[in-house]
Amino acid sequence: MTTLDHDHSDHGPAKGLSRWLFSTNHKDIGTLYLWFSLSMFFLGGLFAMVIRAELFQPGLQLVQPEFFNQMTTMHGLIMVFGAVMPAFVGLANWMIPLMIGAPDMALPRMNNLSFWILPFAFAMLVSTLFMEGGAPDFGWTFYAPLSTTYAPPSVTFFIFAVHIMGASSIMGAINVIATILNMRAPGMTWMKMPLFVWTWLITAFLLIAVMPVLAGVVTMMLMDIHFGTSFFSAAGGGSPLLFQHLFWFFGHPEVYIMILPAFGVVSAIIPAFARKKLFGYHSMVWATASIAVLSFIVWAHHMFTVGIPFAGELFFMASTMLIAVPTGVKVFNWVATMFHGSMTFETPMLFAIAFVVLFTIGGFSGLMLAVAPADFQYHDTYFVVAHFHYVLVPGAVFSIIAATYYWLPKWCGRMYNETLGKTHFWLSFIGVNVTFFPQHFIGLAGMPRRIPDYAVQFADFNMVSSIGAFFFGSSQLLFLFIIIHTIVAGKKAEAKPWEGAEGLEWTVPSPAPHHTFETPPDVK
Amino acid sequence: MSAEQTRQKNRNVVLYGIGTVVFMLLFVFFVLRPMYYLICEWTGITGSQFEASETKNLAIDENRAVKVQFLAMNNATMPWQFQPEQSQLTVKPGEVKQVYFYAKNNTTNDMVAQAVPSLSPFEATNYFIKTECFCFNSQPLAAGESVRMGLVFQIDPDLPAWVKTLSLTYTLFDITDSAGATAASFNRLALHNL
Repeated sequence: MTTLDHDHSDHGPAKGLSRWLFSTNHKDIGTLYLWFSLSMFFLGGLFAMVIRAELFQPGLQLVQPEFFNQMTTMHGLIMVFGAVMPAFVGLANWMIPLMIGAPDMALPRMNNLSFWILPFAFAMLVSTLFMEGGAPDFGWTFYAPLSTTYAPPSVTFFIFAVHIMGASSIMGAINVIATILNMRAPGMTWMKMPLFVWTWLITAFLLIAVMPVLAGVVTMMLMDIHFGTSFFSAAGGGSPLLFQHLFWFFGHPEVYIMILPAFGVVSAIIPAFARKKLFGYHSMVWATASIAVLSFIVWAHHMFTVGIPFAGELFFMASTMLIAVPTGVKVFNWVATMFHGSMTFETPMLFAIAFVVLFTIGGFSGLMLAVAPADFQYHDTYFVVAHFHYVLVPGAVFSIIAATYYWLPKWCGRMYNETLGKTHFWLSFIGVNVTFFPQHFIGLAGMPRRIPDYAVQFADFNMVSSIGAFFFGSSQLLFLFIIIHTIVAGKKAEAKPWEGAEGLEWTVPSPAPHHTFETPPDVK
Repeated sequence: MSAEQTRQKNRNVVLYGIGTVVFMLLFVFFVLRPMYYLICEWTGITGSQFEASETKNLAIDENRAVKVQFLAMNNATMPWQFQPEQSQLTVKPGEVKQVYFYAKNNTTNDMVAQAVPSLSPFEATNYFIKTECFCFNSQPLAAGESVRMGLVFQIDPDLPAWVKTLSLTYTLFDITDSAGATAASFNRLALHNL
């Protein structure tokens, strides 16, 4: 089974910088991804603080509208492509081989490449902030013609950065698929795979299917800007609306790329702390697959107001609502797993439960937005901002934090401080709700998104939201402190620090040795 | 499973993966994009129609009158003077009518413009037959020059009965900077955007 042609037990990792630069070890590369993601999380968070500071009061106080637009754009791009996606790839790198009993990822050299092109992509993207004309200012959805005819010159750097990020994601996805298909330990049958592995397998297929669509869209932009084509220019016979269709054909599967692995994380943590097997394992797998398939036929619900035919509005409204069914199956399964369980509330479990509750709130506001006639009122308001932040922050981000607390003992061999962890949870939980819940109200009252100024009637809720944002943002510094504190001074962790945890990853010592499962484990 | 077998299977995954990526890239350019234009054409949803038709010998419906309104708009920074010579017209379905739009380049530069039509309600798009239209070609005008631009059209008597009024809007785009490339893409438009 092993693809290694000599015995590694005699040496550990290489010393110094070359360990990280040239590493082909899934654990090292996973660590790199996770640290990279954390640093992008703080950078994107810093941009969010600028946005919330400007919106603290009506009127223009701190930044110019042009810079505000750059902040909203960069915040979105960095959080989506720099923080959430690499975090899940990092988790996949660390955990998938350990969960399926494989010695490493299937394609270790490609693994190294797919990580190391990322810092270049983001260096290029962030460098646009210092360029003449400023950074991209057309929103993370970069609608044409804002991103073509009216874009700052730095848009070309943005396009190439997106190309590189796409290449990185595609390589990561191919690697995950190869690992799961070919590297499972004997006896690790499909329906014995942990749900995190299942959700990542499906996510990887989504990535391979839609990242090329994104690459195609930005290539069309590049050609429109530099080579005189008119893909998105009405003057030349193209259509700006075509951009939106193509973008959301990528964009909607993309939002599931950011949430399906989160489902996998939560499906690992809730059974561990409820001390019960996951309720409805098979239905979880099928629900994940159905969500992935449905994600390809709902894209136009982002565009109800552009003037699609009535039949189209009906179709996309119905197909969008259909997604609530498999998602509901998942939520009920998690609740049923907890029901009559012997629950304890360690930090990972707290974040996982908050995920279930708050993600469901985000799902419900999604259902409200799916109602086509109502969407005409909500479209491009803060209600949309509240919706997708509820599914992405207490959704995707909380699951990543939960995963970090859950597997940190395995990664570094030390336990985090439980009191600090719980403090971090409660600060985050309060912060996230104070920040984003009021945005529902100002959105329903009609405050548009992506505008640096607003009518005075929205002032109070905006101030509450900004205070919440500063509170949430600074509590994440505690997260950074907890991680460093754990690595430096945490108590030694056992191989299986969680009583109810299941899975092959807990059969190896903590910290997981540099090489694991060189002889495949017995899978019961 | 031997190491060699695993390696071979991994190679296959990479090949299929790259194959899918290439397929999806081509899919965007050669399936999704044409599909968009095909759906636009079938439904007439954009109200745009750039293709010249032959004058059809249609029976004139004497009992029906459709009001056709003409509007002219300048896109963004387009500085030309642009207006229809008559703002509305009553047409019997089947009749062939000719109208003119007036455009004047008031600037001191030679410029090229492209008009893009939009018909409302869009359900009528495929019943509004243009045999000649200035929107089929780009329009160059030297500094200070003006032009009468013609439109010859017919309304198909199959036009749904509930349509009493049509509004035809032309938006004029400044394409001076990209005139060559644009002409090329308009030729493609004539080929059903495929």
